Amino acid sequence: MEAFKTIISKAAPLTLENVDTDQVIPARFLKSTTRDGFGENLFRDWRFNADGSVKEDFILNKVSDATILLAGKNFGCGSSREHAAWAIHDYGFKVVVSSFFADIFKNNALNNGLLPVQVSDEFLKTLFEAIEQNPETKFKVNLETQLINIEGTDKSETYAINPYKKHCMINGLDDIDFLISKMKSIEKFEQKATA
Amino acid sequence: MKGITLFDKIWDAHIVEEVKDGPQILYIDRHLIHEVTSPQAFTGIEKRGVPLFRPQQTIATADHNVPTKNQHLPIQDALSKTQVDALIDNCKNHGVELYGLGHPNQGIVHVIGPELGITQPGMTMVCGDSHTSTHGAFGCIAFGIGTSEVEQVFSTQCILQTKPKTMRINVDGQLSAGVGAKDIILYIISKISTSGGTGYFVEFAGSTIKDLSMEGRMTVCNMSIEMGARGGMIAPDEKTYAYMKGRPAAPKNEDWDSKLAFWQTLFTDADAEFDKEISFAASEIGPMITYGTNPAMGIAVDEALPKADGDKSVAKALDYMQFDAGKSILGKEVDFVFIGSCTNSRIEDLREVAEIVKGRKKADNITAWIVPGSKHVQEQAQQEGIDKILEEAGFELREPGCSACLAMNEDKIPAGKYCVSTSNRNFEGRQGPGSRTLLASPATAAVAAITGRITDVREFLN
Repeated sequence: MEAFKTIISKAAPLTLENVDTDQVIPARFLKSTTRDGFGENLFRDWRFNADGSVKEDFILNKVSDATILLAGKNFGCGSSREHAAWAIHDYGFKVVVSSFFADIFKNNALNNGLLPVQVSDEFLKTLFEAIEQNPETKFKVNLETQLINIEGTDKSETYAINPYKKHCMINGLDDIDFLISKMKSIEKFEQKATA
Repeated sequence: MKGITLFDKIWDAHIVEEVKDGPQILYIDRHLIHEVTSPQAFTGIEKRGVPLFRPQQTIATADHNVPTKNQHLPIQDALSKTQVDALIDNCKNHGVELYGLGHPNQGIVHVIGPELGITQPGMTMVCGDSHTSTHGAFGCIAFGIGTSEVEQVFSTQCILQTKPKTMRINVDGQLSAGVGAKDIILYIISKISTSGGTGYFVEFAGSTIKDLSMEGRMTVCNMSIEMGARGGMIAPDEKTYAYMKGRPAAPKNEDWDSKLAFWQTLFTDADAEFDKEISFAASEIGPMITYGTNPAMGIAVDEALPKADGDKSVAKALDYMQFDAGKSILGKEVDFVFIGSCTNSRIEDLREVAEIVKGRKKADNITAWIVPGSKHVQEQAQQEGIDKILEEAGFELREPGCSACLAMNEDKIPAGKYCVSTSNRNFEGRQGPGSRTLLASPATAAVAAITGRITDVREFLN
């Protein structure tokens, strides 16, 4: 997993609430057997018309160079497909900010170096307003200090993250290496459970 | 000492170790896998050079991306074939039992688990599919995971999890005629929203839930994820044991007796407390249908469609569905009826549909697909003559798979068309790009097939 570094970037604002993972990556694009290339079909049916032409109005077709995705509350609900986190990351986003995340999506994001930043409803509104006033507004997301702020202003908010997950994200470590290091305890647990 | 919830009893018994300031290492008893969310995890362990730790606790089937016609022939779609072939190779290379196409046990992963007796009370079960919550109907902890977590289970039979909070949802009283398990869960979700359960593991309780059959309980637990909950569960009882007894993977003889003694300890203590508790009265629940683009956008079929009132999601949904705010949904013409998915594709669902359509014909404007949850369900339907009844009514009985629930295969609803569906999600384009889904019970779907319109099932009761 890629280690997470402090991000200073514009953000793509997706104000809709309850964005489900079927929108993030529709099922018909889940036929790959690798983790790569899902970014191409990120928000496929919102980005493109049925004939493949670009939907000019959709936010991702208007904003470039943003590595932060700003989304309405309850982002990532629905299907457990990790392909949603892969697609967002593959497209170039490093951070998703929302006031509420669906559980499985949040885990999937953390397992792929994509940082879910959960802010208050009020602060999310402030962030959306900042972009509305100036689409070039930059945001800074620092994981060490767990702080997100609007560059050039004193507007900021701290966010929560599990200390273990924070350590993994900063150091690019994944859960599997950690679990494999616990094999002795796991085997002992099995013996006890079947005894 | 304060009482303990059913959830806590099972969860705590599966903790291998706690990570300081972090999640817990949770041991997984049964791991179900399918072709769509497993290939990257197999590649992952191969790259790391670690073996699949407990292949005998891993069960595979092909369901999400398989055709539901001519399953005996090679899969036509090249990408789908590659994915299904990868599952075959991976299972062979890693010693995993596969119930693939052509196998008598093949079917939707959440239908075959209970059907084969793999699903048992007190277990922890995971699958790379959010509807794994279905198995909770047997009093086990079952939930959906991502592919990185599939890889964790492959390599260590454990996953790292933060313990969810607990919620109990009580439903008490007698259901009205024409109202069933699907209506209960659609009603609950419509009341608490798609995020009302996020962060929680839910226990369903109350007399209405207890009165449901095992298959009805599975329908309820299946859609726990649609309110955001990690999973749903129901305490096991005599019905649970009666359903399980004699199934191929269920314990036998003395083993059954000792397991049964353990299962009987699996209930929430009377003085246990939940982080949240909600109650509903069964009498309030009518035949439900969704009008919008998430499962919480549901109403009783005779209620008026809501007005957006500044709610952007509702406005967008009504626009997508081309419905008029404030009007009735009854009488609205539809194009497709899909009866299937891990929510409603079991034998009782097929029986209920057959009961309604027997001696009737589907309306001319309707294409009706009925996709059984498994080969065993399909065979049972044939033995009971349900296949003939459906055929005479103009329904097409397909072969088992997830089919038009997520439309990964060729079973797609065309753009702009309306489908009354017994599945679990009505997201934009879920059943095919531009498709418009109305979620409902098998009974409501069956009457829509007959009349060609959204119809109140209660009109068919006499």
